[in-house]
Amino acid sequence: MSKDQIIIDEAVSREYKYGFTTDIEQDTLPPGLDENVIRKISAIKQEPEFLLEWRLKAFRHWQKMDEPDWAKVKYNPIDYQAISYYSAPKDKPKYDSLDDVDPELLETYKKLGIPLEEQKQLAGVAVDAVFDSVSVATTFKSELKKHGVIFCPFSEAAQHHPELIKKYLGSVVPYSDNFFASLNSAVFSDGSFVYIPKGVKCPMELSTYFRINALNTGQFERTLIIADEGSQVSYLEGCTAPMRDENQLHAAVVELIAHKDATIKYSTVQNWYPGDPETGKGGIYNFVTKRGSCLEDHARITWTQVETGSAITWKYPSVILKGDNTVGEFYSVAMANHFQQADTGTKMIHLGKNTKSTIISKGISAGQGQNTYRGSVKIMKNAENARNYSQCDSILIGDKCGAHTFPYIDVRNPTAQMEHEASTSTIGEDQLFYANQRGISTEDAVSMIVNGFCKEVFRELPMEFAVEAQKLMEVSLEGSVG
Amino acid sequence: MLEIKNLHVSVEDKEILKGIDLTVNAGELHAIMGRNGSGKSTLSQVIAGRDTYEITQGEILYNGEDIESWPPERRALEGVFLSFQYPVVIPGVNTTYFMKAALNAKLKHLGKSELDAMDFLALIREKLKQVGMDENYLSRAVNDGFSGGEKKRNEILQMLTLEPTLSILDETDSVLDIDALKIVAEGVNNYRNDERAIVVITHYQRILEYMDIDKIHVLMDGKIIRSGGKNLARELEEKGYSWLEEKSV
Repeated sequence: MSKDQIIIDEAVSREYKYGFTTDIEQDTLPPGLDENVIRKISAIKQEPEFLLEWRLKAFRHWQKMDEPDWAKVKYNPIDYQAISYYSAPKDKPKYDSLDDVDPELLETYKKLGIPLEEQKQLAGVAVDAVFDSVSVATTFKSELKKHGVIFCPFSEAAQHHPELIKKYLGSVVPYSDNFFASLNSAVFSDGSFVYIPKGVKCPMELSTYFRINALNTGQFERTLIIADEGSQVSYLEGCTAPMRDENQLHAAVVELIAHKDATIKYSTVQNWYPGDPETGKGGIYNFVTKRGSCLEDHARITWTQVETGSAITWKYPSVILKGDNTVGEFYSVAMANHFQQADTGTKMIHLGKNTKSTIISKGISAGQGQNTYRGSVKIMKNAENARNYSQCDSILIGDKCGAHTFPYIDVRNPTAQMEHEASTSTIGEDQLFYANQRGISTEDAVSMIVNGFCKEVFRELPMEFAVEAQKLMEVSLEGSVG
Repeated sequence: MLEIKNLHVSVEDKEILKGIDLTVNAGELHAIMGRNGSGKSTLSQVIAGRDTYEITQGEILYNGEDIESWPPERRALEGVFLSFQYPVVIPGVNTTYFMKAALNAKLKHLGKSELDAMDFLALIREKLKQVGMDENYLSRAVNDGFSGGEKKRNEILQMLTLEPTLSILDETDSVLDIDALKIVAEGVNNYRNDERAIVVITHYQRILEYMDIDKIHVLMDGKIIRSGGKNLARELEEKGYSWLEEKSV
């Protein structure tokens, strides 16, 4: 496809709240994937040699792998040679202040509602905004620096902190882990890197906004968060994407490492384009590998996710409970409306003694949406007195959608205590009539019931995200009841 | 205020109401009595606008307007209230939140300013006292885990809060003990004024003893077969519905 053709296609986009594109010229590699492409990406990023080697190993491994087909989702085959694996705003900007940033880019952020400027004043949130593949603005750096916290684009970390990257990259999600993780390991573009030093409680919540904005450019984010002994960090991730007719592949990898007594809280609100509500056409394929390791005693990792967007969600944020007395938590709201398909859940792998995990999953199905909870709890041989509590609730709106639950439990130590609860409910006609009879509209009643259903998860989110999440539910549920 | 003319109602082609005529004026308190299955609840649900029922003939006028095409929420906002025979449980939705949303929807409809959380709390605490309910109801989910009697009181609480002009109480008395019955009856009596009309649906005359009823109607097999004053209830109590059954043949 010629560049002109791309521009023409760009112009022909249908309405979607965030359905616009930016005219900034892009440095984009032509579609296709081979070792040369990987070398180019690595060269553009000025990466150390070991990283290129790691990418190449991943690529060679990936070539031998088959795309997984066990998830309860359907989609047309992806042509991996039709995707461009690198795209960056021209001249690779590096700014100290927002004033130096291309005004058009800032305008894009404004339309997206990313409060970059406000957040400069609103102490408490640092923003590392990713525009396509290169991070263009990072704020609050100096405040974080005072505490010794490193929060920067992954590519920057690869140059300035190669020893940390070398030590931790792939330590939780190896390059050979799964098809999409291997692909990511080979071609990842950028992402965030966080290091919290010993004993430091991160002074602000760290937040990253992702955005996909180039035709045919898959996004391959790579995030690595390390919480050293006794430290604490809360990381927020949220995203929106422009309207697209072609399916966009997103295969991110997030690795979390919690050392002794460390706590990592990772929250996600995901609202990518879910596809055309009438036909299901378009929309993002979200194939993500997220995993954390409670490496040493008393570490704690909490995943909280609100997944309302994407055509397909394939995502299982997991925790490896390696140290003794470690805690893993997973709180999830997943919505599948119209033609969306979600196959999401978690894995809790208990290795250490007195390890504890909690799983709260809330699935909402509406329209013709298909929502699957898939979770695995493993209690290994040496995990004395391990405990798990799992609760999987589904709510159905209408009679064309589906909810499915696949809990896998593998217990190899007799001292384990396992609890599993599951429920499926519908929003009944009698409930809606009751609310109507009190003067409450059907739409308001549905959002009230759904928000009530999700409450246990929403309260795990940081305040501003909880509010956003509620609004997101309302918007996502629009048109779900006739 | 409420004028029902020759109302015929069917559910899935089965005729339940077979020509009801009923007029309730502002300030009046009517009672509709009848056995189970006589069509009492159908009548109340049709007035409230439930769409599972089909009006095949006749009309329902509210303040002179035919409301057949009005969705239930519009009827509610315009002042029609139904105290449900079986109040519905809505898990996860906080009672205070639900009632505040209902009241604010109504205030908005009336072009008045909505209440904030503090003002609403002050208001609802006042209303709670009137029906003898504990404040901890407010923090529970709507009707979730409520006993039968608590659910009925909660219905009256909502009536007192939303201040409808036409209230239909569908067997609100059915599971109440005598003390609760008195409280509910008193709440209804206090609520009554010249601008409001109330229709009590019941099959016991017990609650009627605590209320000053203007008119009693006896519903049987989808028709009002007898209307009269308070004495009609006593007569029914003594002689049973079969007395009227024999007479109407």
